[in-house]
Amino acid sequence: MADSSHGTPGTTVAVGSTGRQLDEFDNPGLPPHRPRLADRDPRAEKRAERQVALLFAISVVGTLLFFVGYFFIPLDQTIERLRLQNLMLGLGTAFAMLGIGVGIVHWAKTLMPDHEVTEDRHDIRPESDRQDAEKIVNDILDESGIKRRPLIRNTLLGAALLAPLPAIAIFRDLGPLPGNALKETMWDAGVRLTRDPSGTPIRAADVTIGSAFHVIPEGLNEAEHKLEEKAKAVVLLMRLDPNELNPSPGREDWAYDGIVAYSKICTHVGCPVALYEQQTHHLLCPCHQSTFDVEHEARVIFGPAARPLPQLPIEVDDEGYLVASSDFQEPVGPSFWERG
Amino acid sequence: MKALSQRRRHPLAAVVLLLMALLATGGIYAAASTANEAQAQTTAFTADDVDEGSKLFAANCASCHGMGATGSDAAPSLVGVGAASVDFQVGTGRMPMQMDGPQAQVKPVQFDDEEIRQMAAYVASLGAGPAIPSDEILDPAEGDTSAGGELFRVNCAMCHNAAAAGGALTRGKYAPSLEGTSEKHIYEAMVTGPQNMPVFSDANITPEDKQDIIAFLKTIEEQGSPGGADLGSLGPVSEGLFIWVAGLGVIIAFTVWLTSRSS
Repeated sequence: MADSSHGTPGTTVAVGSTGRQLDEFDNPGLPPHRPRLADRDPRAEKRAERQVALLFAISVVGTLLFFVGYFFIPLDQTIERLRLQNLMLGLGTAFAMLGIGVGIVHWAKTLMPDHEVTEDRHDIRPESDRQDAEKIVNDILDESGIKRRPLIRNTLLGAALLAPLPAIAIFRDLGPLPGNALKETMWDAGVRLTRDPSGTPIRAADVTIGSAFHVIPEGLNEAEHKLEEKAKAVVLLMRLDPNELNPSPGREDWAYDGIVAYSKICTHVGCPVALYEQQTHHLLCPCHQSTFDVEHEARVIFGPAARPLPQLPIEVDDEGYLVASSDFQEPVGPSFWERG
Repeated sequence: MKALSQRRRHPLAAVVLLLMALLATGGIYAAASTANEAQAQTTAFTADDVDEGSKLFAANCASCHGMGATGSDAAPSLVGVGAASVDFQVGTGRMPMQMDGPQAQVKPVQFDDEEIRQMAAYVASLGAGPAIPSDEILDPAEGDTSAGGELFRVNCAMCHNAAAAGGALTRGKYAPSLEGTSEKHIYEAMVTGPQNMPVFSDANITPEDKQDIIAFLKTIEEQGSPGGADLGSLGPVSEGLFIWVAGLGVIIAFTVWLTSRSS
């Protein structure tokens, strides 16, 4: 009701440097009530009525359209049918909802009574109200005698402090705590590196320079909690020129002839880091652009990740297949409270 | 000749004649079929191809890649990159490179098929590398679409987007959209690893798996989006932009209408 909102500013305005103050504005009052077209012209009223009814009818048609799409479009294997069905479901729902909504608003705006109502501001609370409230609180304190009876006060305090504890104890049942699950993966000494998703083992000779293999541990496809295990154990396998690698002391034998394996779980918030650039040897995380340098043990060179990607130590077994020499030496993925 | 004509009524003459006829038809058939094979097998290059390719290379590529294709500061050595690499880089217009930059851009192809074949022959002659794939392995109709989809999501989707619409990499590099890329060029990109793309050799993804991936890509390309407008299949960026602009615009329009007085 923008037109009826002209109130009195009720303020005085200082003008110029003399400090002369203007008198208050006169209250301009409300603008005159202006009847709507439908109030004056019976034909316009009739037209508005028909428009509202038409909008509700559109809603009915929309609902019918939805059910025609839902029940009478048999989905075969072609995408055209699916597209048609999606279109009819979407349009049907939109018409069904909008028809009712727009119809009711149009009804209210054109046909329902058009009173103008003003509502004055509340007075600011007087001091007496505050004193009354203060008196009530003091009366409660006096009559309960809590100041005079410290025994009751202290036992009540103790009881109130202890009472919420059972609720906290119940949170334990949301457990059990993950235990070592965040620190261990399926990888272990002798576990073969296999291709994702087929699970076939990989020979060291298969990994040519510039290659990138997406790797899962052997037996993952048969694991009981496959997705949980996969979420921790996925690895990206790459081969670089051995001269380009710069292993730190103690990690020289974690790679095999330039073949390195790094966890694919970003150390920032756990997105899969798999955008490998084979010329720059950078690994990019698509979520927040953390960039890891594979030449320098996947150290972070850009982005919000705080730690390098954990490296999986690998070697070759008697048959020439790549195997892990141990599990990851640190927990994979983002930080957590007990990680240390 | 006289001796021959004298023996034409010999009882074995018919047998000899039959043998000769059989040999002739068999020989012609064998020659014809190898000729067909040579046509289909584009990797069978002749010495002439290598020769012509060498000239084309010296005229168009050697300024960066060096006279013996051994590379320079500006460009890598091409020894051992294989015919598939040439066919991909030149056949998609990436080479000769338009300008220095984060990666080679696609532009109109600069050579005809015959010239590309000759240059591929020359580079293939420098050292063993991936060959141009045969037509049989490129036929998407022979591939398993759903298996290809799984392989694509594991190996390719992180860079090329789950709908193969492409995506950004670091420092101005990007993985291009795969829409409209020919079967042959998709295959060659996998075996050669152009620019910063890793190599997916046959030991990693078998030729049959590659065919599955091609079948998947061609299927989603033909089908289009099941929901209508896909807004470039770029995910939350384009969809968010659309809903913030168009959706909020509609909400503002409704608000104005709700608060306006009826005439």
